Amino acid sequence: MKRYIVKRICISAATLLAILLILFLMLELMPGSPFNDEKLTQSQVALLNAKYGLDKPVFIRFLNYVKNMLSGDFGVSYTISKNTSITTLLASRLPISIRIGGQAVLLGTVVGLLLGLIAALKHNTIFDTMTTVISVLGVSLPSYVFALGLSYTLGYQFKWFPLLYQQQAAVKSSVLPTISLAMFTVATVARFTRTEMLEVLGSDYMLLAESKGLPGWRLILIHGLRNALIPIVTVLAPLVVSLMTGSLVVEKIFSIPGIGSLLVTAIQSNDYNVIVTLAFIYSAMYIGIMLAVDILYGLIDPRIRLAKEDDYEQS
Amino acid sequence: MNKDKVLSIRDLSISFQTSAGEVNAIRGVNLDLYQGETLAIVGESGSGKSVTVKAIMGILSGNGKVKSGTIDFTSRKSGEEMKEELLSFSKKEMRRRINGRRIAMVFQDPMTSLNPTMPIGSQIMEGMRYHYKTNKKEAYEKAVKLLDLVGITEPEKRMKSYPHQLSGGMRQRVVIAIALSCDPEILICDEPTTALDVTIQAKILELIKDIQKKTGISVIYITHDLGVVAKVADYVAVMYAGKVVEKGLSEEIFYDPRHPYTWGLLSAMPDLDTHDEVLYTIPGSPFNLLNKTEGDAFAERNRFALNIDYRLEPPMFQVTETHYAATWLLHENAPAVSMPEALKDRIKRMGEEVNSLGGE
Amino acid sequence: MSSHNKEAVTFEFKPDDFIMADNRRIGIDRVYPAQSYWKDVISSFLKNKGAAAGFIAIVFVIFMAIAGPYMNGYTYNEQIIANQNLAPRVPILEKLGIMDGSETMNTSTGKVTVNRYVDPQKTTGLENTYYWFGTDVLGRDIFTRTFMGTRISLYIALVAVLVDMCFGMSYGLISGYFGGAVDNAMQRFAEILNGIPTLVIVTLLMLVLKPGLATITLALAITGWIGMNRVARAQVLKLKEQEFILASRTLGAGDFYLIFKEILPNIFGQLIIMSMFSIPNAIFTEAFLAFIGLGVPAPLASLGSLISDAFKSFTTHPYMIISPVIVLAVIMLSFNMLADGLRDAFDPKMKEM
Repeated sequence: MKRYIVKRICISAATLLAILLILFLMLELMPGSPFNDEKLTQSQVALLNAKYGLDKPVFIRFLNYVKNMLSGDFGVSYTISKNTSITTLLASRLPISIRIGGQAVLLGTVVGLLLGLIAALKHNTIFDTMTTVISVLGVSLPSYVFALGLSYTLGYQFKWFPLLYQQQAAVKSSVLPTISLAMFTVATVARFTRTEMLEVLGSDYMLLAESKGLPGWRLILIHGLRNALIPIVTVLAPLVVSLMTGSLVVEKIFSIPGIGSLLVTAIQSNDYNVIVTLAFIYSAMYIGIMLAVDILYGLIDPRIRLAKEDDYEQS
Repeated sequence: MNKDKVLSIRDLSISFQTSAGEVNAIRGVNLDLYQGETLAIVGESGSGKSVTVKAIMGILSGNGKVKSGTIDFTSRKSGEEMKEELLSFSKKEMRRRINGRRIAMVFQDPMTSLNPTMPIGSQIMEGMRYHYKTNKKEAYEKAVKLLDLVGITEPEKRMKSYPHQLSGGMRQRVVIAIALSCDPEILICDEPTTALDVTIQAKILELIKDIQKKTGISVIYITHDLGVVAKVADYVAVMYAGKVVEKGLSEEIFYDPRHPYTWGLLSAMPDLDTHDEVLYTIPGSPFNLLNKTEGDAFAERNRFALNIDYRLEPPMFQVTETHYAATWLLHENAPAVSMPEALKDRIKRMGEEVNSLGGE
Repeated sequence: MSSHNKEAVTFEFKPDDFIMADNRRIGIDRVYPAQSYWKDVISSFLKNKGAAAGFIAIVFVIFMAIAGPYMNGYTYNEQIIANQNLAPRVPILEKLGIMDGSETMNTSTGKVTVNRYVDPQKTTGLENTYYWFGTDVLGRDIFTRTFMGTRISLYIALVAVLVDMCFGMSYGLISGYFGGAVDNAMQRFAEILNGIPTLVIVTLLMLVLKPGLATITLALAITGWIGMNRVARAQVLKLKEQEFILASRTLGAGDFYLIFKEILPNIFGQLIIMSMFSIPNAIFTEAFLAFIGLGVPAPLASLGSLISDAFKSFTTHPYMIISPVIVLAVIMLSFNMLADGLRDAFDPKMKEM
């Protein structure tokens, strides 16, 4: 287990470093550095270069860059809001994005689990068919379709929820974005739970557990669901990715002041520094989540946790 | 007969709905199990032996349906006799009152029949904790004892092991420990040794026999391996195409088989003393239960088939007080047909072997 | 044993009943009619109504993508400013009161229904004009643009399959087959690449290159193959120790012969399914990129960029967004259903569960 965790951490660190290297190189090679301003004199440029350490060798500059990024010093924004530090820009936006993303994960997982579980237990009934339809629809429609549909009906026609995000009505205005984002999670989790659960229900150990005379809930929750859920790690990567991409458009549609809409704005206004910072933040979050999931997976599944301590004994 | 009946199956018929049509897996089975004895149900795959015991446990798969019959279970655990009809119970009642508690089961493949994510200790304790509300400490102590009983060394240490850390033989021992955890009155073993190495097979069989001696539990074996039957069974039922075609005391089936199918099974058993070039096999394939039967299901594979076999299904003919066989060859009008010579020789040899070992 | 008394029913016997039957038929193993693998696959695929519907829908969408843009005489980039924001109007259907060119507008005085094609008070010059799906804010025909956009989505689907098949498959096959250090290095590389969110890779690429089809293609090529690589590798690992591979090896078959002639045909079904599942993903990615303004440059249109454009006025003219959304949904749905059906057909384990 220790070896497993160390290996995962190493790979995550290597990935993060690779991303930082790519980002660093992009900034280096990108035209339009702020110091290319023609109004600056030669000496002013030199001064600036010295101040920001740009006269040092590439390697040192990379190390500095890594240090800055990891310590949360992301530099300043050029175009979106002139010379504001990006850390300040993020301070108000990151919590909103994380909150809505978290709500979507929670809602999506709970609903998806329930749907998948019911579908597996009521296999080949109307519930099963309904869940299949919902999950196929959910993975087939981009989240912005749900977002548009919801905002047109519940927001525009019925006026139940605000069309655009309002800071003062944060809860109410995060309902529609959360649902739109959660749809893909609902669909994936439901589909996944259904298949895994069906497989587990047909397994010998479920039959043994049943023949032990355990009550239904214990069969399903302790023996069934727990085993069905272990392989969920395989769908978590696409889920996290879809939440990230989904957050871009959903934040744009509902005008949510989060990092997704910030990235869209940054791309549209070519604010390199902001783009690179957000790329780093997205990657770091993704890598962090994946690492956590991998370790969790190892902890839940004794076959991985005890992989090294295997000692076979003949009877 | 003064032996106590524990389980009595009467006229049990079960069918399955499949995409190919209705499969009549069990067609009128009658079986009895006596206190402290071992009943072996023998047959090829698809003969309905597993379905029969799953019906006893009430764990038939969703598309299975009991069409007729009764399963009477007589419990003597609490000192007084209690007779219950298992088929009248709902699944929930079965789980609460019978499964695990009165009747426990050991499955074929120990590699897949343990929950991979639960320590084996918890899997053993689970039944007691639920059925008898045993407290954790007592349950733990009993589980350790059980592990010891089934021959697992250092049971305390093993309590926290996960199934994947144990070998196949050890896992089967754990499954047996689980089955014994609630002191059931009947232990059903569904091909308990098929998936194991030959050397371990013998050990597991001995273990079950041993436990039977110690606890007086009644055992039902399901197997297609007559070698296993010879070792463990008091009473044997041979099944073919969802029917019991011959049943009797173990000696009767082995030394005086009457049904041609039993002859076939015995001939097909490999043994070291047979010097034939080829191993005998029963011709043809097992009966397809999707087909409607007319006459004897075995007729087409039967070298000794009579004309009537193609027309009428034979009833059970009584041979001795305990021995019955469903073949027209036992009818008074039937021609005198006796078992093949090779088999006769073989049975003679087996008898001598047993006699020579009998002194031990 | 009283239970057996009921067996004592009387039988009617015939004279020849107790004569040994002529059993020459004995010993013939009954062989159940076996279906060939492919026949089995095809028949179970056809039985799956969802998959068949998906397949038909895909054929139809492909046909429309080829022929659609030439169907009504408008071109995708022709702007007729006078005809901007026209609601859909279809001959025949308009007589039923739907798609007759009228739309309900919310104004300060309440809801009004306007029809800019036909006005009883005056001639509009548009009485004989039909825009089947309406026009956009620049007066371009949405029908033609939608199916031009469909072409892009289908092109993306093709790219996804090609990337999967050419790159992901070979990578996985080679990595799994050679194992050891090669496998380790190749998989670590894939893992690191996989650790970078696709979104980030695409965004960064867009910074370096100009937004456009080529850039999207490149982005897909960089990220699209990793899933396929995993599946192919896992399959190879399962197969490579099997006897038939060993047999072929002892006969002197070379590594690449083994990989592509012996292993590949055995795992092709799995790989096709996998690539089918990657199509919706790729189309998704493009639609997202287009929606945040990183799609194909105007006046070209993809479904994503059409949706993105129409979004700006979707509360006033919802019809603009409906047709690209529907076509996109149909494409995604049908590829998903097709992939599901193929998986069920190829994977008999899942079939009768």
